[in-house]
Amino acid sequence: MSASPTKAKAGAEKISVVVSAKVPVNDLVTRFEFKRQDGGPFPTFSGGAHTVVEMNDAGRTRLNPYSLMSDPEDTETYAISVRRDDEGRGGSLFMHNFVNVGDQMNITYPVNLFNLDLRARKHLFLAGGIGITPFVAMSKQLDRIGGNWELHYGVRSAALGSYAEELSTKNPNKVHVYEDDKGEAIALEALLNGQPLGTHVYVCGPKGMIDWVRQTAKQAGWPDDNVHFEEFAAPQPGEPFEVRLCKSDRTITVGEHESLLEALEREGVDAPYLCRGGACGQCETDVIRHDGAFVHRDHWLEDEVKASGKKIMPCVSRFVGASLEIDR
Amino acid sequence: MSKFQFPESIMSRPVYGTLEPRLGHAHLFVADAEGAEAILDLAKKDPGLMSSAHIIFIPRATGETYVEQLKALRPAQFYSGPSYEAALPRLRRVFSDASMGLQVYLSGTEGLMGQAQSEAMQAGIAPAAIQTEHRGSVARRMQCVHCKGITEDVMTDPFVCSHCGLNLFVRDHYSRRLAAYQGVCIDAEDPGNVPDPVELYS
Repeated sequence: MSASPTKAKAGAEKISVVVSAKVPVNDLVTRFEFKRQDGGPFPTFSGGAHTVVEMNDAGRTRLNPYSLMSDPEDTETYAISVRRDDEGRGGSLFMHNFVNVGDQMNITYPVNLFNLDLRARKHLFLAGGIGITPFVAMSKQLDRIGGNWELHYGVRSAALGSYAEELSTKNPNKVHVYEDDKGEAIALEALLNGQPLGTHVYVCGPKGMIDWVRQTAKQAGWPDDNVHFEEFAAPQPGEPFEVRLCKSDRTITVGEHESLLEALEREGVDAPYLCRGGACGQCETDVIRHDGAFVHRDHWLEDEVKASGKKIMPCVSRFVGASLEIDR
Repeated sequence: MSKFQFPESIMSRPVYGTLEPRLGHAHLFVADAEGAEAILDLAKKDPGLMSSAHIIFIPRATGETYVEQLKALRPAQFYSGPSYEAALPRLRRVFSDASMGLQVYLSGTEGLMGQAQSEAMQAGIAPAAIQTEHRGSVARRMQCVHCKGITEDVMTDPFVCSHCGLNLFVRDHYSRRLAAYQGVCIDAEDPGNVPDPVELYS
């Protein structure tokens, strides 16, 4: 007799939580704090980890990743900060408008795709806007072990600088805030050139900022291994398209406002995922055949793989053309 | 020709490449003997790089062969000295003054590259960020695993430990921390039964 292997379910294991606090941070950002429903301890995590929050938005399941910003050693409370995006796909609006203290939700175990390299002699954090959240957790982790860190934080204005005042007050010699509306900006080239050997730089913020830091670091001769970045690409809307699933033996339609991964989930196909933002590689799927063009939006696949048309990342990428068949 | 292609071996054995110009505001070269040729070759690819280069060169048996050629590259700083040990205080000073954007290029014998790499690692540079190119002698820097003494420039297998006198088998098992291959007693179970020494890679 042979037992058939148990198929692991897609995504990280889930934890049932209750919203224990909803704290407005400023006009755009709200902090949500969670406690476990079963009263037990949360797992500790490492700075830079995120959790995927499951939202039940009038029957539609939304799964959005958010960086954990609580103390990684705090097993009682997890905290995330959500920036309201009025033009986004609706997850952040749902969190702001419909999630309240006492609500029960599911979140995943922490997954870290943006971890500290603890061999670093110094950790240089570059944050833009809501990109501050992983650094809040990282700085707490490093403070416990006496790690050497420094934060350069670009904000639109003092009023929209989430946690800027709190961080500066607590770490006056480590935190540098740049207010956009006063014309302040990080002097990146000079900053990178003055760093001691063994410094690692971490950037989290808008895509333009990440590209700017990676490019400037490359020009300054920084090894790739010393440059860390986290960029969750939100799936973008696009023309609906049909996709044939050869393993499931059916054809589905991906709607304008949903991703291919979300369409698979809506149809009950158990497709793997972790970050849902084109970063982790978990959802990588083989393309069997296609007649048309891919809109690759991930930063996982190498350029030549993207050009080959043999792989797609269903969490963020789309397709335009006559037919597409994938291995799901 | 100063190049030698080492045969494939275990994971532990270092693998060397060819020096390539990289972006950066400072360029540190550490070379011994025929390692100078790797610097001369690199300078042909990017002559402009030399204006921010510091060359630390240990000629060893090559004497004056390369010194004038290296000086003619007009590096920002040039040092030529009798031994790695003599150059070490300078090397440490360079690392303590350096900042991110320093590129490190090592060329020459395995012993020289290994020791300079170990020093760079202690200064905080990741080994993957350090370029190396083997040139010249295939002699090895060996550590006796029994007495821990280091024997430089080992050319035969087996060889006699210069510290404790044991007959040592030359392994490809390498320590990046010590910058040395491991030598293990070859006649421990049958003292005196020692194979004739064979020159490495002959």
